[in-house]
Amino acid sequence: MALLCLNKITLSYEDNVVIKDASFSLDGGDFACVVGANGSGKSTLVKAILGLIKPAAGTIEYGDGLEQSKIGYLPQETRPDNNFPATVEEIVLTGCLGHMKMHPFYCRSERKHVKKSLRTLGIESLAKKSFMDLSGGQKQKVLLARSLSATEKLLILDEPSNNLDHDSRKKFYQTLIKLNQSGLTIIMITHDLDADDLIGNKIISINEGVVKITTTKEFLRGLGR
Amino acid sequence: MMELLTYPFMQRALLVGVLISICAALLGVVLVLRRNSMIGDGLSHTAFSAFALAIVFGFAPLWFALPVVIVASFFVLRLSQNRRIHGDAAIAVLSASSLAIGTFAISISKGVNIDLNSYLFGSILSVTWLDLVFCIILTTVVVLLYLFTYHRIFAITFDEDFAKSIGIRTGIYDAIFAIICSVVIVLGMRLLGSLLISSLIIFPTLTAMRLKRSFRGIVLVSVLISALAFIVGLVLSYLFATPTGATVVIVNLFIFIITTLIRKIVE
Repeated sequence: MALLCLNKITLSYEDNVVIKDASFSLDGGDFACVVGANGSGKSTLVKAILGLIKPAAGTIEYGDGLEQSKIGYLPQETRPDNNFPATVEEIVLTGCLGHMKMHPFYCRSERKHVKKSLRTLGIESLAKKSFMDLSGGQKQKVLLARSLSATEKLLILDEPSNNLDHDSRKKFYQTLIKLNQSGLTIIMITHDLDADDLIGNKIISINEGVVKITTTKEFLRGLGR
Repeated sequence: MMELLTYPFMQRALLVGVLISICAALLGVVLVLRRNSMIGDGLSHTAFSAFALAIVFGFAPLWFALPVVIVASFFVLRLSQNRRIHGDAAIAVLSASSLAIGTFAISISKGVNIDLNSYLFGSILSVTWLDLVFCIILTTVVVLLYLFTYHRIFAITFDEDFAKSIGIRTGIYDAIFAIICSVVIVLGMRLLGSLLISSLIIFPTLTAMRLKRSFRGIVLVSVLISALAFIVGLVLSYLFATPTGATVVIVNLFIFIITTLIRKIVE
């Protein structure tokens, strides 16, 4: 079975239908970029996959042992307060809360998991640093590490390259490609249609409520590139 | 100075004050970081009007005020999450309306003798042994709830969308938090009154934020500062015969200014 399967999903926001009868599936190891104009419903679609919005119609199925609460999510860069007083370790540990059911305190296994996430992204040395003292690129890596602590199978990123300069964006994408090569499935909302930003093997495009899934090659060919 | 501890009313005031200060500081960290600092102000004014209405209509003030403030806190927390409505405007409307209703109710009631000052500025020296027992129970409940929900409260405070995505039921934690807020504010009014109680929530966190850069550090330091500022304020008010509530707030303000200056010098 596919890792994620959407069957005739309809999503509405404040009585406006944003997405109609969308059906597609993703397999383990896929890297899908979600593209569409502003307000086309990209964030609404990923919020439905995360269970933050209930579909008005249709179903979402999770396969290969994936659970809704074990999806790693990286919200838009602007959401968390950049001057929030917390250490990197405190923030990344919250990614483990989805695995802990009602257990109130972190155990050794969660701390090990966090160390692994930080090591994967090469930011182990930042563990005790305060979030507010980090650069934009480092902050984004910390939030990515938090998402990695939450999942082993599916990572969803909402416009992660916003507010990153060209070099930081390039490095960030390289990190994502490495994570995908290690077996992690990734869904990334991207605003730009530059070939540099369409780094995955699949494209989910949304246009006036209609969702289409194609390979990246086909999509770029359609754009005449 | 030690003679002040020989008076039973001072012993009660000290214990109740320290306990409420600890609870207020714990709440304050979350409220300030969620940019809901003024909720304490709005709810304390609601408590004032509830107390006034209870006295005018002959209800037990505490048991009437508690559910009223709990409902108000749900209302304000919901409004502050609604992006269409400005949360600060909602709090301002709640504060002004509550103060007006309370004052109006007192003015039209005849034959009812209400000490308006004690509700506006507190009456810490008049706390009873029953108040003390109630405060010990309340503090135990608040500290235990805070301890057992600490990591989830932190996750929600830092990034609510992410917290929801990993299955944290933020609505339940908001509800628990609203109830704790209401109980602490209603009881805290005896300390500083409805006009000054919000300072007990805000100042220790703001001071701690000048000293610490981790969430856990801010929680611990704000609790310590809050308790210390109350003890110093109480002692000073005894020595100089000044109003306790106002003295505690001035001590908090003084510590805040000193720590701000120290941080500026260090930076």
